[in-house]
Amino acid sequence: MRNNLDVIAAYSIMLGLIILVGFLQSWSIALSILCLCLISAVMTIGANIQWGYAGLINFGIMGYTALGGLAAVLVSAPPVEEAWRAGGLNILLCAFIIFSMIFIIRLIIKKFSKLKNRNYIIAAIIIVGIILLRLISAPAIESIEAVNPATTGFLGGMGLPIIFSWIVGAFFAGGLAYVIGKIALGLRADYLAIATLLISEIVIAVIKHEDWLSRGVKNVIGLKRPVPYEIDLQGKEWFINLVQKFHQGSLNLISDNLEKQQALKQLVIESSTVFVKLCFAGLFTAVVIALLIVTQKALYSPWGRMMRAIRDNEEAANAMGKNVVKQHLLIFVLGSAIVGIAGAMLVTYDGLFTPGSYRPMRYTFLIWVMVIVGGSGNNFGAILGGFAVWFLWIEAAPIALFLINFFTSGLDETNALKVHLIDSIPYFRFLMMGIGLLLIMRYRPKGILPEKIKRV
Amino acid sequence: MTKELEALFWELKMDFLNAIILLLNYIFVPALSYGSQLALGAIFVSLIYGILRFAYFTAGDLMSFGTMFTILFTWYFQSLGIGLGFLPTALIAIPFGIIVTIFYVLLKDKLVFSYYRTKKSPPVMLAMVSIGTMFVTQAIVRIIIGPFDRRFFDGEKFIIRANEFKEMTGLNEGLAIKSTQVITLFVTIIVVSILFWFLNKTKTGKSMRAYSDNEDLALLSGIDPKKVVMTTWVIAAILATIGGALYGLDKSFKPFTYFNNMLPIFAAAIVGGIGNPFGAFLGGYVIAFSEILLTYAYKKFFVYLLPENLEPEGLLQLLSTDYKFAVSFSILVVVLLFRPSGIFKGKVL
Repeated sequence: MRNNLDVIAAYSIMLGLIILVGFLQSWSIALSILCLCLISAVMTIGANIQWGYAGLINFGIMGYTALGGLAAVLVSAPPVEEAWRAGGLNILLCAFIIFSMIFIIRLIIKKFSKLKNRNYIIAAIIIVGIILLRLISAPAIESIEAVNPATTGFLGGMGLPIIFSWIVGAFFAGGLAYVIGKIALGLRADYLAIATLLISEIVIAVIKHEDWLSRGVKNVIGLKRPVPYEIDLQGKEWFINLVQKFHQGSLNLISDNLEKQQALKQLVIESSTVFVKLCFAGLFTAVVIALLIVTQKALYSPWGRMMRAIRDNEEAANAMGKNVVKQHLLIFVLGSAIVGIAGAMLVTYDGLFTPGSYRPMRYTFLIWVMVIVGGSGNNFGAILGGFAVWFLWIEAAPIALFLINFFTSGLDETNALKVHLIDSIPYFRFLMMGIGLLLIMRYRPKGILPEKIKRV
Repeated sequence: MTKELEALFWELKMDFLNAIILLLNYIFVPALSYGSQLALGAIFVSLIYGILRFAYFTAGDLMSFGTMFTILFTWYFQSLGIGLGFLPTALIAIPFGIIVTIFYVLLKDKLVFSYYRTKKSPPVMLAMVSIGTMFVTQAIVRIIIGPFDRRFFDGEKFIIRANEFKEMTGLNEGLAIKSTQVITLFVTIIVVSILFWFLNKTKTGKSMRAYSDNEDLALLSGIDPKKVVMTTWVIAAILATIGGALYGLDKSFKPFTYFNNMLPIFAAAIVGGIGNPFGAFLGGYVIAFSEILLTYAYKKFFVYLLPENLEPEGLLQLLSTDYKFAVSFSILVVVLLFRPSGIFKGKVL
């Protein structure tokens, strides 16, 4: 218990801050901060597995998040039958061609490794395959995108409950990570960082511009929720009764019956958004706790010890007979899969998929700031980092406004400098993140909650 | 008979010339200027990698920082009525922008990077720190000048307009050359020649290369590491400001685009062989040309070259222009797979 005092203290401060926002601003804002904090926490768990456990730098977090989001669309959006009739067959044929290309190339690499002009044959297969794909897919894509372009214009999804997409997203992201890992994991650390960063940009480019798959920059809106809608709640008897019970005291103060009804209605509307967000927060908390339990178990298992050994001294671990390449690939896939879950959760929470919003600052570098500030190698630290940094990211604007007003209080309201500073408030969050990261790296390089290694 | 033949030849010749001009106008000229801008960025990323030994993620934002001050000085000069006539005012503002940027990078080195250098932190740590400075630089730029698109070009826009060219030569295709493209090329040639002269002939430059090749040996032979590091930062600031300002003149200045340009710059530096400035210089052009070559629609080109009955139906575009960035990254991935040290043999990573 005493060992964990700092963890408990840090988390209570964090929760206290969120509750403070609830009292000062509104409970709806506080809960949406909490929800996004929880999603960020899932992302940081994923990044922390890769960086903290194994020392792999993955700057492709944005790509996996987007793939998770794509999974949410493909699982939950209703299928567009007309589009399937228009070009579904060709698309399936293309998928088949891609798979057979991969299969043939693998076969050639495995079985005919001594063939002289093997590389030329592989190149020829790829070129022929791409030409074939273009010929088959071009008319299909055109006709799919022509189907009702204002509302659909894509193949749609499977129409399943969106919650399944959390698992599908994990598989998507893990699959991508497997491919990237095969290509890039042999590189030295900062080279891997650049390679993954660039590959994630490619993923975003594909999602943005393949309209038949994801509607691209036209966005997919109105995805189904796993929790009730506000409108439905407001009509439900039990919910109104619940709200009435909850606010009994304040309602009783109003004597006029009509006014009482009005106040109750207002309260029901307000509490319905809070209730929805509470449901989300509950779901997300369950995911975070489940992941935390699993990762903690893994960290203190023989496997976790092996990962730390590989991280701290690759050569020694190799000499002890551990397959470093295989373990690196495994952890790369696992971490990315967790990030994929977070991506699907994010789209679930928003109810919409906007490929244009995936930017490396927000989805890659910010997550890294979270992991490093929180404490890499320590799951509690990484989650705390997710909470603290997201909290600051959102609350940076009010804080900056307060500071600017404080320091320029001597100046006139219409002073050009003051007006300019107040106009640029949104950018102070970058400044805070940067300075925060630099300070932490300088004075507490292991993060707020540093890694603790139990010695037996 | 001969007259008919002559007319046919004439037509064929014109078609051929038209096709060439088409390629020059849409591929060669734009790629050359874009490549120069990338090359300037890639050289300093490569230098920092070679000498300070870390991936400098602030690259794009340092360029936008330098460009921002160039713009501010340009505005100042414009308000004073100082100009260069047909040349953009920014050219006289660049040196002032460079001075501010040099001051900024040296300050940053003093406050942030020198601590990790003396502690001999691993390169990963320094790369992370450069992400911190990236956030800060980005915030400074956005707070001072805002995130919006800004054009600061003034002076004569074209050297040859498409119409003038058509009239001059009698061809169907016009060749437009913007003055910014010529300026970019000239400035790049001058800056890069001075840089390579400096690196290869002067004592400081040689000591920098020695330091990059083998730090311990260089220190043993009495090279002052502080001087080497300082020179590197100064060169980085100069190149970043010039490259950024040229890019801004040619297209426009927007902080977010500059941040994104970091990616092709890194691709260029790695393709050219990181740590090898000359490779990075060529890498810039490799990236620029392949981006434009692969996303250009060749239909018109073949319409000129092929007889009428063979004319192509589609656009003959290998990749849609949306995948411009993806091209450079795919090249990078291919290079990483087959030649991890880059085309021109940099450091093996």
